[in-house]
Amino acid sequence: MSNKVIHALYNDDDILMDAVKKVKSAHHHIDEVFTPFPVHGLDKAMGLAPTKIAITSFLYGLVGLSFAIWMTNYMMIEDWPQDIGGKPNFSWFLNMPAFVPIMFELTVFFAAHLMVITFYMRSRLWPFKAAENPDVRTTDDHFLMEIAIHGNEEELTSLLNETGAVEIKVIDKE
Amino acid sequence: MYQFTGKLKTIALALMVIGAVGIISGFLATPSSVEEVKEHLHNAHNGHDAHAVAPAAHHEEAKAHDAHQEDHHAEAAHAEEGHGDSHAEHVFHQLKNRPWAAVYVALFFFFGVTLLVLAFNAIQRVAQAGWSIVLFRVMEGITGNLLPVTIILLVFLLLGSAHVHHLFVWMAEGTVDPTAANYDAIIDGKSWWLNVPGWTIRSIVYIVGWNLYRHLSRKASLAEDNETNLVSYRKNFKMSVAFLGFFLFTESMMSWDWIMSLDPHWFSTLFGWYVLATFMVSAVTVIAIVTVYLQSKGHLPFVNNSHIHDLAKFMFGFSIFWTYLWFSQFMLIWYADMPEETTYFVQRFEEYKLPFLAMIPMNFIFPILLLINSDYKRIPQFVIGAGVVVLLGHYLDVFVMIMPATVGGEWFIGIPEVGAILFFLGLFIYAVFSSIAKAPLLAKGNPFLHESETFHY
Repeated sequence: MSNKVIHALYNDDDILMDAVKKVKSAHHHIDEVFTPFPVHGLDKAMGLAPTKIAITSFLYGLVGLSFAIWMTNYMMIEDWPQDIGGKPNFSWFLNMPAFVPIMFELTVFFAAHLMVITFYMRSRLWPFKAAENPDVRTTDDHFLMEIAIHGNEEELTSLLNETGAVEIKVIDKE
Repeated sequence: MYQFTGKLKTIALALMVIGAVGIISGFLATPSSVEEVKEHLHNAHNGHDAHAVAPAAHHEEAKAHDAHQEDHHAEAAHAEEGHGDSHAEHVFHQLKNRPWAAVYVALFFFFGVTLLVLAFNAIQRVAQAGWSIVLFRVMEGITGNLLPVTIILLVFLLLGSAHVHHLFVWMAEGTVDPTAANYDAIIDGKSWWLNVPGWTIRSIVYIVGWNLYRHLSRKASLAEDNETNLVSYRKNFKMSVAFLGFFLFTESMMSWDWIMSLDPHWFSTLFGWYVLATFMVSAVTVIAIVTVYLQSKGHLPFVNNSHIHDLAKFMFGFSIFWTYLWFSQFMLIWYADMPEETTYFVQRFEEYKLPFLAMIPMNFIFPILLLINSDYKRIPQFVIGAGVVVLLGHYLDVFVMIMPATVGGEWFIGIPEVGAILFFLGLFIYAVFSSIAKAPLLAKGNPFLHESETFHY
């Protein structure tokens, strides 16, 4: 059996939200929704799991903080403790206030950049990546819902027609 | 309508009575003469001698003590009497100051929190915030404490200028008289600002200005309830803009006059913001706690957990803001280490190590770790838990602002301090909840009310 999907196009985000709710309540699995802008509440309506990216960012921040503490301690206290303008360098704690700006910045740096890289990796984004756009209009003013067909083409088409879709296409994937 | 009856009223009055007893016993416990202090110091000194024999753990302390003793003996050779006298007299003044300072710390803390709730309310009006309208009556209720607490504050300050207490050393006799033994050239140089008449007039201007805005804004807010047009709303908006301008200047000057002038030889440029930040986070915390309390009693059906979430976000953000200012003030002075600035922190580090350093976990690390989680910010128990620690931490902040200059090393959080907290807490509960009971808890007539009721984050 070929991999057939149905593409339903909408031209309004409110209609799209209602359609998503209807399709979900009819117990069909929505593969993907393509929208030109973030639609508030769409993830909840689709039943997507909340993102964990904030947690990764927190952990990356801790890594950055640890790195900054290790770096300042190794460079300024252990490796070559010079007397620079009378700053106390007998222990890391004695000179700690001077290291706080570095600690803060490195925490933010690690938290921000590693989180962004995580986001790129998880959402498979990189330069020269081929766009996965099923219909160019979805980057401008149309919304597209993609549902896999498992021999229930007629039923799905009539359901989607009821939801106010402006265009319904059945497409062979690959 | 909220009814302020029964149990809470009894609790408030009981707190005030217990607090008053604590305050009075603090005054009764002060030594009545220098001789009494000498006796006390003598006993403590002997006790310490025995302690100094202790092993290496107390090495440094013992060394410091030895040095002190050597000093003492060297001087004792020619001025045994004189030295002992001046030290005992110094401690005598500090012990005399202690009950006053204890009252001042608690008084200033509750005053600052109330004032910043007023400012926060004004900010919400000026910013035309859409989320906070359902909390307006809670905030207005809390500012009901402003009049009683500022009256007590003004009386307290005037007692200072009448030489009843001696918290403000620059007010002492002879500090600006070049012929007096007590002459202080630095204070004299600042006397164009730090003089009793000017200081008194400024104090009255600040207090009258704030209370005037509170009165007019509350009146306009109540008038809004029964209006079908936006006349009162617009009036309140304009008043709040004017108030915030006035507040920005007076808050800064208030912090110089009432707190920074306790250490008249020391100055810091960001002190006004720093005082602002400590009360800002406390004010938002108090709003959150009172809201959660009223909500738990079922008086705020229109408040949902997104409102609590927003308040907790403000607690989180202002905690960081306070830490930023606290650290900036400390680090710049620590880094440059200029003697005339550094003494301020040297004293706090040596004599107030525990409260000074306890502020970092209480006001920064704990609220940060607890309130960084978006889910926790919606749970009232977490908000209350973080809030109580934050309030205690910021009480310590005010404590460390006021105590070193007034009682020095003779500080302790004992009966007078706790008594003062309880007294002003009782006053706060009484004034706030009787004020909340005077008006419906939903500020109708505000154009953003619907947005606020359906607010969802």
